[in-house]
Amino acid sequence: MRDKVKALPWQELLLPLVAVVLALLVGSVFILYVGENPLKAYGILFTESLGSMRNIATTLQRATPLMFTGLAVAFAFRAGLFNIGAEGQLYIGAFCAVWVGISFNLPRIIHLPLAIFAAMVGGALWASIAGYLKAKLGVHEVINTIMLNFIALFLTDWLVTGPFHGGSWVPETVRISSSAAFTRIYLPTRLTTAVYVAGIAAAAVYIILWKTKRGYELRAVGLNPDAAEYGGINVARNTVIAMAISGALAGLAGAEQILGLHNRFIVRFSSDLGFMGIAVALLGKNHPVGVLLAAVLFGALQAGSAAMDRSTAVPRELITIIQALIIFFVAAEFLIRRMLRLKEDA
Amino acid sequence: MRNKLSLLVVVVLLVGLIAVPAAAQKARIGLIFAEGGLGDQSFNDAAYRGLMQAKEELDIEVYYVEPADIAEMEEHQRAYADMGLDLVIVIGFIHQSALTEVSADYPNIKFAIVDDVVDNPNVTSLLFEEHEGSFLVGVVAGMMTKSNVVGFVGGMEVPLIRKFQVGFEEGVKWANPNAQVLVNYAGAFDDPGRGRELAISQYERGADIIYHAAGGTGSGVIDAAASNDFYAIGVDSDQDYMAPGKVLTSMIKRVDMAVYEVIKAAVEGTLEGGTWTFGVADGGVGTSEFKYTKDIIPQEVFDRVEEAKQKIISGEIVVTNPLQ
Repeated sequence: MRDKVKALPWQELLLPLVAVVLALLVGSVFILYVGENPLKAYGILFTESLGSMRNIATTLQRATPLMFTGLAVAFAFRAGLFNIGAEGQLYIGAFCAVWVGISFNLPRIIHLPLAIFAAMVGGALWASIAGYLKAKLGVHEVINTIMLNFIALFLTDWLVTGPFHGGSWVPETVRISSSAAFTRIYLPTRLTTAVYVAGIAAAAVYIILWKTKRGYELRAVGLNPDAAEYGGINVARNTVIAMAISGALAGLAGAEQILGLHNRFIVRFSSDLGFMGIAVALLGKNHPVGVLLAAVLFGALQAGSAAMDRSTAVPRELITIIQALIIFFVAAEFLIRRMLRLKEDA
Repeated sequence: MRNKLSLLVVVVLLVGLIAVPAAAQKARIGLIFAEGGLGDQSFNDAAYRGLMQAKEELDIEVYYVEPADIAEMEEHQRAYADMGLDLVIVIGFIHQSALTEVSADYPNIKFAIVDDVVDNPNVTSLLFEEHEGSFLVGVVAGMMTKSNVVGFVGGMEVPLIRKFQVGFEEGVKWANPNAQVLVNYAGAFDDPGRGRELAISQYERGADIIYHAAGGTGSGVIDAAASNDFYAIGVDSDQDYMAPGKVLTSMIKRVDMAVYEVIKAAVEGTLEGGTWTFGVADGGVGTSEFKYTKDIIPQEVFDRVEEAKQKIISGEIVVTNPLQ
């Protein structure tokens, strides 16, 4: 029998790093294939995403929503739930935020927190539908969160093209009042104070999961629901709570998009931020710090590829391929462990 | 491993430094596409042709970008403005909201927007009389229909696309008072599957000619025409070649011409903002050359289209513009 030695923390960090390097190597084959120089392409990607304070700010701005959706997916995952529904929870949260943002006229110190809170509540309620269906009726959360995504998408489509349409040619609401908006902190980029909220959220996730009794229960359910039940933990209750907290985090991503980036609800504004959150959580090993780092990496890839597209002929689709390759290599963890001769994690 | 990694980082950094381009004296023009991007064989591709023509003939340096989504429009606008380009052209009304803000923040940068109006002194708004061009293809449809039912498939249901619809309906009725026009909207400019679906449903309701004003969605309409017993009418670019013989004509909107003209004015230093309108009279909108359908369409149809065209130019026919 083989000894199972737990991987050391630095090895945990090494795995995603190796995945990224492998993805860049395989990606360079594609870049060569389209007739560009991979070193030049990666050079541009690097300077355009991290080469100046301004580019770093753009990278962080792109990373902010992914931090929230990544945390959302990671939190549910720790409780043994695969939340594919972050996208839908984000839309519901975003709509709640925009509703508070346009409907009230309050001092900033109340208005902004209220809009953020509304987004969290909206996301949490939407996600707890999925949690309830799983806990009480045994409907698998993967199925019901996917279905709820569609409902959230079309519901907000209808709300924003119908009763809340702002009257312009674009299917969008009117702008929120400025008292509900996050403050931009590094002009001319669109980085806002929402990035601080993401940091707070990551700390909160860490504390809830590892420093509270509730967190202990959630993780116990995640590791083995039967054992947890046997140990006196109410699995159904914890399932609903885990989904609700996960949904609140996804709702925060919606709040960031509305109150920070767009200042209005544009139909289908999220370019798969919720689904990207799955990749971010996976790469970040479902740990809050890992999630933040992974979100910054994906933010850098997006910011870099957009800038690359603006100033060179390298098609940005290449970067999408590299993102996919990173996910692929992270998922193929087993392969990398074999390569590095690491013992399998228990 | 670690050494190799740091070596890679160093190499990457060096290459990045070398790759920074030297300052050029040429006029620098930036263009930001609408959603759907390049390869829509329609609106964006027309803008690209104008940009490339300007690049060849006016000796300029061009930059262009395809936004991944509507959230990116503002970032690209600001980035090009920060690069200090001589002109930033944005394609489509989808940019209007962001450009209103950005152009105010950069009063020294010149902008141009296709298909919408931004009322700042540094913005030139490029508009088309799509209702007049749509009237002309409506005449073709009205005369060519055998079932007296024709169809219209729009992209998003916005006033701009209604302009195409109203012009088309009036053209059909002018040529054939008995004809009926079915109208459907796809809700998107980048969903060919939905376009195909709507076209087939109109065909099943009796339509034998379907006009689309739906950007990339419209390629589904043309695709459906190619494999079913009805004709399509293309839009924006000359789409007749997409299903030779099955696309009766295209309502050509010379976005390329507008893009070229506005770049030319910027290069010559005569660009002063305001609104430019391109219509039937100056060839800004009109029918295609009927390259593949000349033999199917009787001469009297061409005569009637020419008659309508002259009457629009002379003002004898006034096509309703729903935006006014």
